[in-house]
Amino acid sequence: MTWYIIRRFLQMIPVFFGATFLVYFLVFSLPGDPIQALFGDRPVNEAVAAQLREQYNLDEPFLVQYFLYLKNLVTFNLGNDFSGRPVAEVLVQIFPVTIRLAILALVFEAVFGIIFGVIAGLRKGKMFDGTVLVASLIVIAIPIFVLGFVMQFVVGVKLGWAKPTVGGDAGWLDLILPAIVLGLVSFAYVLRLTRTSIIENMHADYVRTATAKGLSRQRVVVVHILRNSMIPVVTFLGADLGALMGGAIVTEGIFNVPGVGQRLYQSVLRGEGPTIVSIVSVLVMVYILANLLVDVLYAWLDPRIRYA
Amino acid sequence: MPEKPTEKIEHYVAPLDETPLQATDNLAEDVQPLSLWAEAWRNLRKQPLFIISTLLIVLIVFVALFPGVFTQTPPNQNCLLANSDGDPAPGHPLGFTLQGCDVFSRIIYGTQASLTVGIFATLGTLIIGGTLGAIAGFYGGWLDAVIARLGDVFFALPLILGAIIIMQLPFFRENRNVWTVVITLTVFGWPQVARITRGAVLSVRNADFVTAARSLGVSRPAALVRHVIPNSLAPVIVVATVNLGIFIVAEATLSFLGIGLPPDVMSWGNDISSAQISLRSNPSTLLWPAAALSVTVLSFIMLGDALRDALDPKARKR
Amino acid sequence: MTVINEVNSNEPLLEVRDLAISFATSTGEVQAVKDAHLTVMPGETVAIVGESGSGKSTTALAAIGLLPGNGRVSGGRITFAGEDLTGASSKRIVELRGSSIGMVPQDPMSNLNPVWKIGYQVRETLKANGLPAGPSDVAKVLAEAGLPDAERRARQFPHEFSGGMRQRALIAIGLSCRPRLLIADEPTSALDVTVQRQILDHLETMTAELGTAVLLITHDLGLAAERARKVVVMYKGRVVESGPAQAILTNPRHPYTKRLVEAAPSLASRRIQSAKAAGIETVELLAPAEASAETADNVIEVSNLTKVFKLRGGFGKTTDFKAVDDVSFAIKRGTTTAVVGESGSGKSTVARMVLNLEDPTSGKIRFDGVDMGSLKGKELLAFRRRVQPIFQDPYGSLDPMYNIFRTIEEPLRVHNIGDKKSREAKVRNLLDQVALPASVMRRFPNELSGGQRQRIAIARALALDPEVVICDEAVSALDVLVQDQILNLLADLQHELGLSYLFITHDLAVVRQIADHVCVMEKGRVVEAGTTDAVFDEPEQEYTRALLAAIPGSSLELPPQVA
Repeated sequence: MTWYIIRRFLQMIPVFFGATFLVYFLVFSLPGDPIQALFGDRPVNEAVAAQLREQYNLDEPFLVQYFLYLKNLVTFNLGNDFSGRPVAEVLVQIFPVTIRLAILALVFEAVFGIIFGVIAGLRKGKMFDGTVLVASLIVIAIPIFVLGFVMQFVVGVKLGWAKPTVGGDAGWLDLILPAIVLGLVSFAYVLRLTRTSIIENMHADYVRTATAKGLSRQRVVVVHILRNSMIPVVTFLGADLGALMGGAIVTEGIFNVPGVGQRLYQSVLRGEGPTIVSIVSVLVMVYILANLLVDVLYAWLDPRIRYA
Repeated sequence: MPEKPTEKIEHYVAPLDETPLQATDNLAEDVQPLSLWAEAWRNLRKQPLFIISTLLIVLIVFVALFPGVFTQTPPNQNCLLANSDGDPAPGHPLGFTLQGCDVFSRIIYGTQASLTVGIFATLGTLIIGGTLGAIAGFYGGWLDAVIARLGDVFFALPLILGAIIIMQLPFFRENRNVWTVVITLTVFGWPQVARITRGAVLSVRNADFVTAARSLGVSRPAALVRHVIPNSLAPVIVVATVNLGIFIVAEATLSFLGIGLPPDVMSWGNDISSAQISLRSNPSTLLWPAAALSVTVLSFIMLGDALRDALDPKARKR
Repeated sequence: MTVINEVNSNEPLLEVRDLAISFATSTGEVQAVKDAHLTVMPGETVAIVGESGSGKSTTALAAIGLLPGNGRVSGGRITFAGEDLTGASSKRIVELRGSSIGMVPQDPMSNLNPVWKIGYQVRETLKANGLPAGPSDVAKVLAEAGLPDAERRARQFPHEFSGGMRQRALIAIGLSCRPRLLIADEPTSALDVTVQRQILDHLETMTAELGTAVLLITHDLGLAAERARKVVVMYKGRVVESGPAQAILTNPRHPYTKRLVEAAPSLASRRIQSAKAAGIETVELLAPAEASAETADNVIEVSNLTKVFKLRGGFGKTTDFKAVDDVSFAIKRGTTTAVVGESGSGKSTVARMVLNLEDPTSGKIRFDGVDMGSLKGKELLAFRRRVQPIFQDPYGSLDPMYNIFRTIEEPLRVHNIGDKKSREAKVRNLLDQVALPASVMRRFPNELSGGQRQRIAIARALALDPEVVICDEAVSALDVLVQDQILNLLADLQHELGLSYLFITHDLAVVRQIADHVCVMEKGRVVEAGTTDAVFDEPEQEYTRALLAAIPGSSLELPPQVA
């Protein structure tokens, strides 16, 4: 088990370097002046430009630049935004909000996706199964921002069940509606994956053997079908963290949630290049760490791979 | 075994006429030969999901190719501010946008951009991801390791985040059009196709029929092209079909964030984006393009679903 | 805890009467079992014999309500200890499972849940049936099934067990609650022959001690007759013959049973043995022998062949694994040489090296006196023409995308032989040789049965007029009667075309029927080699003796010839 985690950790290292390098490469070595790129459409402010040159060590050779950028990244020295506030300081303030939002969304999609998926899988071919399947396709087909607007309009404005815009300190309760919107598409995927997985495992030989041993139906389902079906679902949930962060840009924008996504959204609208690069780099790190966590969970669920 | 010599076991023989011996291998001579694709097609054409989605896709492609057939109203001319957010009127079944343009006409003319992005991004990911995945799966070894790590690197950058980075680069910002969006989606979409292809190729690579072909004298690349790839296509086709829908959604999302298609290109994403301002006063300007988008995406996802069922290798074996 | 009705030992424990089972498929109801009947007395072992699709497993599984979702009992009765099971509530069936009727399934690899420890899977069985389930109880159950070091083993996961050990764990589970009837569904067919024998012996002793009745399901008539007192033969969903094992073997009355008795390799090899003892020449013995005497010309010579694989361990460490270790043998032209061994013996690696699909680490393979290691380009291509393989799995060896014509034509096209017209004539000719109608040309592999596919594979192998055909377990996946047909076809072709065969197999019974020479392999080495007669009659090595003893039916009394 320990070896397995260490090995996965070591495999993550090239991915970390690769991904950060990719970001850096895209920003600083594609055609065009990076300073101009970071400024976007606005005129270059010489004072800020000088500061940026120092921040990104643009006078150094490219590889040196990259390693200095990496060093800044891991030491959380992320430079200032256009209003002069250190990006690190901003992040410390807004990160908890997005983490709350992501946890809520993950819990929503996991709990409901698995419950609906299990029921649909166990009743394959019945009414419930068919309805849920088509509904999940429809959910996947609607873009998240349309879902967001509609939910905001219907649940927030018309029905008044939740605040249409969050703002302020963004407590757990306020975040429920945005979290549902954020998790809705993944909910559909979790549901479908769980269903497929359940159906596959229902016909496994060991399930038949478990039944022949005299176990009750309930026990067979929970202990033998469900546990084994969770393995691919957990993997998906882990990988989904990335999608949630991407989705958070839209959701937080719509619901005015003061989190990382909204900050990124605003930076995109304002063309705040340095902030975008810093935030995306941090998100990539978080994503890689999350994947490592999933690997641990995965090893715990499936003893076979601990030794593989 | 416990002996019970007293008990007599009856020797039973079934009457012969009830169980005539059949030739061990009989061949139904009168049945038409059936290839796997023919068999899949026979299953497919009975599925309502498949029929509906195919008809819709044919319609959508037709709309994209010949928008003029469906509406007489030119989308961007005669936009009168007097009509701003207007209700449906004769000749304008879905009403008007904030700028007073005809909603229906804009949806019809917006089809082309969305579909182009979807189709070309799918092709792009298929070419890059399919080739790399097939090579990684078939040759294995260090090639496989390098391609896998490369895929991981791109995986670590979620699509929207990656797109944000790319699209704010000067080159892309100045030349925003359908193709820059296609390139962005391809760059971040190929690892998934590569993974699927690799898995499919890996499961076929060691099949006996490939070994048999090799010992007949078929070279390795020829075996890959003639035997391995045709047999790995099914899951890749399914993923590509679903992805086509997903890419259309992604384009709309990027356009919504203001980093997708430029505002002067008519697309559903742009329409939805610009309609959000008047969402509360006139929700239909947002809902109609959203509906068009969702129906299109749904058609492709449903088609992928139907194909998955029909091409499932587990259902193939008799 | 279940109340078991006390039954007189003269009353049947399990009685199946006029049982009909049907499956709902997309094309309508399919009758899988019809009018099946059988009786199991308390403590008795009864075997159901049949080929795949004969309904043997379906019949047995219906007794504990384990039919697949689309199957149902559509007629007849199943009575267990006087209680009607066909009408019993699902609650009652759950009560009976495990405690009254146990099961040992076929494939030990897939029948244990990979995510739970072995001990846990035993414990939940005991618990569900109301028995004490402490660690010592679990260990005791496992130890009874012959699992050494049971207490430690209980804390391991299935993937840490070998196939034989898993099967022991499954037997432990099946018998843990002391059922009165055990359904054993091909309990050893996935295991190596020597392990097979140990497991069956152990199962027999255990059930005899516990007084458990056994319903043994198998495709091997020899095995059935050896292990059971009563044999039930099923064919196409019906019971065609049933009675005392000895009577079925010596006096089969139904035509199907007759053919089965003739064809079963385990029985055939047993007959050869008794024929020799009686000094009689049997038809089965006649076939090969002749060619070997004429020439001493070796078509293939393998000398000191070694193959080392690098196994990857943790942290980039590699360990060497010698799959094939200093193997030498020769194939005389026009004869059959068999390489026999269990899984992991390296026999398939030998085949792959002879086919030039794998490079030897050291050693030489000479084909017609030419060292194959020196072949490049064109010469290699020419070599490929002269040595052709036939593989085990008839479902995997034909490309499902190619129709039969393209499949057989492919080798001709690759080697640029003839034009389109002559190639088609050749394909027709080949199909004729393997006794298939030309109309099969336009079909696809998925439309053919296993035996037909194997014929196609043979036709493809013969397309280039090879001199040597390498049969890698070529008949192991086939039903007994089909196996017999294919073996006959191979023998006829050898006679007609003067082919030499290298037969790779784990099945000694088949070897006895067809091979002239045998090499017995164990852990990468050849432990014994010689003519088939010599090896079978006077095995020198302990391992060979164990293999021979493991052929089912070796304890049976059989007359040399069956009418």
